[in-house]
Amino acid sequence: MEYLNIVFQEVYKILFLLVPVLVSVAMIVWLDRRVWAFVQKRQGPNVVGPFGLLQSLADALKYIFKEIIIPSSSNKVIFILAPIVTMTLALIAWAVIPFGATQVLADINVGILYLFAVSSLGVYGIIMGGWASNSKYPFLGAIRSAAQMVSYEVSIGVIIINVLLCVGSLNLNDIVIAQQNLWFVIPLFPMFVIFFISALAETNRPPFDLPEAEAELVAGYQTEYSGMMYAMFWLGEYANILLMCAMGAILFLGGWLSPIDIYPFTLVPGAIWLILKILLLFFLFALVKAIVPRYRYDQLMRLGWKVFLPLSLTWVVLTASYLFYFNLLPTN
Amino acid sequence: MIAHAIFFYTFSIIAVVSAIMVTVSKNTVHSVFFLILDFISISCLFIMIGAEFLGMIMLIVYVGAVAVLFLFVVMMLNVAQQKNQWFASAASSKHIPVGLIISTIIFFELIIVIGGWKYKPEIFDINNSLKVSDLSNTHSLGQILYTDYIHVFQISGMILLVAMVGAIVLTFRQRSNVKRQSYIKQISRERAEGVSVVEVASNKGVKIDD
Repeated sequence: MEYLNIVFQEVYKILFLLVPVLVSVAMIVWLDRRVWAFVQKRQGPNVVGPFGLLQSLADALKYIFKEIIIPSSSNKVIFILAPIVTMTLALIAWAVIPFGATQVLADINVGILYLFAVSSLGVYGIIMGGWASNSKYPFLGAIRSAAQMVSYEVSIGVIIINVLLCVGSLNLNDIVIAQQNLWFVIPLFPMFVIFFISALAETNRPPFDLPEAEAELVAGYQTEYSGMMYAMFWLGEYANILLMCAMGAILFLGGWLSPIDIYPFTLVPGAIWLILKILLLFFLFALVKAIVPRYRYDQLMRLGWKVFLPLSLTWVVLTASYLFYFNLLPTN
Repeated sequence: MIAHAIFFYTFSIIAVVSAIMVTVSKNTVHSVFFLILDFISISCLFIMIGAEFLGMIMLIVYVGAVAVLFLFVVMMLNVAQQKNQWFASAASSKHIPVGLIISTIIFFELIIVIGGWKYKPEIFDINNSLKVSDLSNTHSLGQILYTDYIHVFQISGMILLVAMVGAIVLTFRQRSNVKRQSYIKQISRERAEGVSVVEVASNKGVKIDD
């Protein structure tokens, strides 16, 4: 009975986190399309509900009632597993995101490593989908995306090391609290820019959406998917984008801390600040999608390995030497 | 403690079964997926004994990078063809005795190693091992690796670097007839280099290539 109680409490907490995340994923799709449309002087989705807010709901309904087609030559188990893996991995990462000093589902010691590990597992959904479809375009898309995600993870990892050098802890709440006086976006600004661009590549967003470049690969790894399975890929992708924004907000923009530490601002709960910061980063993601043309594949690889990796490694050496020379290394 | 035991046995059964499936399954890509499942359940076991840093590094390095490259190689090879050659022909029966001999040797070696193992009773209790110090195991690993074992640590890093450089040198071919882009050259191109205005005489034309 005691165990059951604990289980129920945890399930309640998890639902309290997951339902808002899923709803905001649906809303963020609307925001993305809307920003994209306004940049191009179009209206975007504005028919369903006020300002078109319910557009994603209508889309979801359409996907639910569509038939799921499984190609007869595909590897069925892996074909069905792929969208499930994408979706699950995009959602479990939210367990460690702190929305306040105590509002966190799992306050683990190695929070940032967990986030990094889960985001590096995200590539499997794409590889599995591409391979199991047993068709040319999905396979090419999957190979491209695997190479792309592995290369950009390296620079994200090195950027995380930069932040960790300044914090001295892998716990996400410690990382947030370490920014109480100065957000890391100011001393580590070049790293923030590189993190943002790498996050675009890691989540297959334009201008790095080579895995699903419609002009060359139809829809990349999603070509053979239909109905709810396609929608799960899509939701997983947007949940990953939100997660990357949350990671950026926590590593560089001070997470749930309020921007100014004076009276009326400190009344606002930390969760609101975190959400505002995530939205700010997501707005940038949407803008980039609208205004930047797609990269060529060899340019993408060159950018990852020959520009970002040396730059961020050099910055690690600089940060470490600076902290060591001025005796600022964090100790506990 | 019951929940702990249940989780331990779930993860270890998954680990052992998927390790067996890696060798048994006929489709090579399936073997790699089982290998990934094996890595994941082993990292869960690491986390359960309180070694969360090792578990996460296992996930990041083995699952996130090494296994992706495995998958790459396996998917690129023509697996279906190889499968028929290896498993259906008489050639495969030659490999079985060799494999059996090697695996028996490894089995006995493992028995010798595990037989001499002394278990500390207090290690089993997860709560005890956490009370030993206030340091998180990331800190304590770092303190050991970068003080007592710094030379071994650096040398192992150098060995990996040498292996990487060796692999690149072995596979690198300088091809001369490939057209390469130089970004600096492209950006620093002036109008005068690219465009020239020419008076074209009627019925004579212009010589383009020189």
